[in-house]
Amino acid sequence: MNPTLDKFLGGKQGAIGLAVLATLILVVFPLALDAFRLNMVGKYLTYAFVAVGLVLCWGYGGILSLGQGVFFGLGGYCMAMFLKLEASDPESTKIQSTPGIPDFMDWNQITELPMLWQPFHSFGFTLLAVIAVPVILALVIGVAMFKRRVGDVYFSIVTQAIALILTVLIIGQQGLTGGVNGITDLKTLMGWDIRDDSSKMILYFINAFLLFGCILIGRFILASKLGRLLMAMRDKEERVRFSGYDVASFKIFVFCVAAAFSAIGGAMFALQVGFMSPSFVGIVPSIEMVIFAAVGGRMSLLGAVYGALLVNYGKTYFSETFPELWLYLMGGLFIAVVMYFPNGLAGLWESHGRKWLGKLARKPAAPATPAPVAEAPVASSQPRELETTP
Amino acid sequence: MSQPSAFQMPKPVLAIEGLTVSFDGFKAVDDLNLYIDRNEVRVVIGPNGAGKTTVLDLICGKTKATAGSIQFESRELTKMREFDIVRAGVGRKFQNPSIYENLTVFENLEMSYPKGRKVFGALFFKRTAEVIARVEQIAAEIMLTDNLYLQADLLSHGQKQWLEIGMLLMQDPALLMLDEPVAGMSVNERMQTAELLKRISKGRSVLVIEHDMEFVKSIAHKVTVLHQGKVLAEGSMEAVQSNPKVIEVYLGH
Amino acid sequence: MEWLSEFGAIAAMQGFNGLSVFCVLLLMALGLAIIFGQMGVINMAHGEFLTIGAYTTYVVSVLTEQYAPFFGPYYFFLAIVLSFFIAGAIGWLAEWAMISKLYQRPLDTLLATWGLSLVMQQAFRSIFGAREVSATLPEWLMGSWNPTEAIDIPRNGLFVMGLTVLMTGMIFLMLYRSRWGLQVRATVQNRVMSRAVGINTKKVDRMTFALGCGVAGVAGAAFTTIGSTGPTAGSLYIVDTFLVVVFGGASSLLGTIASAFSIAQAQSLMEFFMSGSMAKVFTLSAVILILMLRPQGLFSIKVRK
Repeated sequence: MNPTLDKFLGGKQGAIGLAVLATLILVVFPLALDAFRLNMVGKYLTYAFVAVGLVLCWGYGGILSLGQGVFFGLGGYCMAMFLKLEASDPESTKIQSTPGIPDFMDWNQITELPMLWQPFHSFGFTLLAVIAVPVILALVIGVAMFKRRVGDVYFSIVTQAIALILTVLIIGQQGLTGGVNGITDLKTLMGWDIRDDSSKMILYFINAFLLFGCILIGRFILASKLGRLLMAMRDKEERVRFSGYDVASFKIFVFCVAAAFSAIGGAMFALQVGFMSPSFVGIVPSIEMVIFAAVGGRMSLLGAVYGALLVNYGKTYFSETFPELWLYLMGGLFIAVVMYFPNGLAGLWESHGRKWLGKLARKPAAPATPAPVAEAPVASSQPRELETTP
Repeated sequence: MSQPSAFQMPKPVLAIEGLTVSFDGFKAVDDLNLYIDRNEVRVVIGPNGAGKTTVLDLICGKTKATAGSIQFESRELTKMREFDIVRAGVGRKFQNPSIYENLTVFENLEMSYPKGRKVFGALFFKRTAEVIARVEQIAAEIMLTDNLYLQADLLSHGQKQWLEIGMLLMQDPALLMLDEPVAGMSVNERMQTAELLKRISKGRSVLVIEHDMEFVKSIAHKVTVLHQGKVLAEGSMEAVQSNPKVIEVYLGH
Repeated sequence: MEWLSEFGAIAAMQGFNGLSVFCVLLLMALGLAIIFGQMGVINMAHGEFLTIGAYTTYVVSVLTEQYAPFFGPYYFFLAIVLSFFIAGAIGWLAEWAMISKLYQRPLDTLLATWGLSLVMQQAFRSIFGAREVSATLPEWLMGSWNPTEAIDIPRNGLFVMGLTVLMTGMIFLMLYRSRWGLQVRATVQNRVMSRAVGINTKKVDRMTFALGCGVAGVAGAAFTTIGSTGPTAGSLYIVDTFLVVVFGGASSLLGTIASAFSIAQAQSLMEFFMSGSMAKVFTLSAVILILMLRPQGLFSIKVRK
């Protein structure tokens, strides 16, 4: 195989895992689920972007950011601002006292579109901003923190504080941001209605392809010397530094990559769900995103996707049926995963699932097609997870 | 073997002058002067807390000096960042073997190959024939050719020490600093390490901190005795060993 | 000249306001400073231990009202003591069951204790309901003290202040003047050596953690005098508290006090000029900026590594 391609795919094992996940997301879900449920899976997959980014910077780089919601939110807000401007054309807002500006601005007695919003009339600028704004913020935070050698734990606390600051800021600046309700009623993307079922289906596939793109980029990074350096830094930072590497620049890089991934997720969230609000920015969502990665396996890019899917499915299921139980379960999941399964589902799959599959394969009747493999990491590990939660 | 003094030599590789560092008023290194010549193997000895490791920390930039200067090939190290000091040609081995345990010996050595040190360089770094040849050459030097594809945590303690030395050699430093390279080694391994040091000191200067006097005797061109952050004595092993001041503070105990 | 005295009165009251915020922050931060500063454990559930104290006070208040109204004026002291011991006991259990197994992995402790905080919050909700509750304050804590006609200082604020001074003094004595404190500090500096000289470091850890949680419980009791208690009352302060401890230079008690003071005063001073939320944004941002310039915190010692 071409070595570069091999790097992206992660060898034979990696390629199989990828094919399984692709089958699940691109074939099984769209065929098996109705439009509403598929859109929901699409929403879960936007969180998977964040989880994949966290695998890179936390699992491999040892940098635990508790503020990934900030980047998810910034990406989402940039996209939402564009969509909101499009939804606020003078014709459809003519009942407002100032037509042509977003409704919440009108409610806040703002009579002119603020400077900050002006460039978001352009789709090109918006696409750029979706990535650039979060990455620049990550760059600033990264340079300030890593060049000054702020320790891991301090970094976590500071990123959490940044998530808090941004939430307070968004809620406080109602006229500019829509406040606690966020930016709602997003309707069209360049005239294309994003609310009907067929466009939601298209957005789902765009989302999935972007996610696979991010996974491949992640694979490439991990397979390169940079990936090995990240792990080396996590375990022996001094040795790496005194081998002539500027440790901070690698941390900044991987933190920025994680921020960019999160931002793409955020933008796709705004497109698929049709709104963006501060409840996806703050401390709680940020740390929940960490648990997606932890459940899936902090060292596994594919695991992170399964983690995001499973935890969010659980969240939806339990908050619909037993809302009382959900927080207990979530809390228990945090504790159990961290204490007993630090490598998450991917770790369980490595230690148990593969063996189990091997046994199956030895029986002549068992089919060896990828399809049962697709269910295997989910099906074999899920009961184990549930057993451990109180 | 007669050693020309620093004054006659064109210029020492490393010139430390007036170096001082204080931690909350305690001077760990106090107005230290130290010169190391090209191709010299210098051993620094001294009782615990004499400031030996701190001197290495200061040279490689891990600790910032309170006062004084460190000139390395006419460059002032006290103002440089750690990785720039390494890139300028200073390699440093830590007291406890500091290697990447989850990587193979090959990968450990490859990590120190002085290409692909920047973010995008590392991202697109390729394992060329040149890299492989260099790794194999160094592996032969440090007697680990047979263990090239072994995971590093499976090496013996002595082999780990050699591996770390090998990682430094990959960078081809002009000044190699070794902090207790034979600690925890068997007699046999000590001898092999002494041979290794003699081989690799060709074409570069080596600064060693060591407690094992037999080993010191077998490698040192010149010995510096540190005491309370200052140079107590300097010269050949014999001269130092017969120095009454040294006997008083160190060897006598 | 009347405006001047009026201005002075406003300034005094605003300053006092800052002092009240300072007291709550400091009481919370003290417990965290012990746990984070001395043990290096990130306890994200610290806020929930405050909530335990607050609910304990509430329960004692309700029980007193129902069964022993004559005890009314004094129940608060019992509540403080109970808050300390209940929060401490739960902290002891948490250390035993969870944290002691994670000392090698500080970032994982952070996540596990976050999980603990979710469980505790839901437990509060299941037991006490989602609505906020308040303890009935004894007479002597209500109303205010008027040194002059224009100045109006609430008594509960004064009480909290007194309690803060008392707690700080006690913690100082325990850490720096008692044999136990010596063991704690020895364990922090060199665990292996401490064990070698016969200190039961496991027990020291457990007691230290329990003490930190107990102090948070007392903070919770104090909290009931100035606000009402809901299941998430404590978690609202957790980030601020962490910043206070980090800003102060994690292992210095004096630093924690100074940093709680400066953050609280900055916050209430800025609230004078802008909205509360913007004041918070500016205060937190300033703290982060200063931390970037001085990552080791305000007060720290340079050590030889």
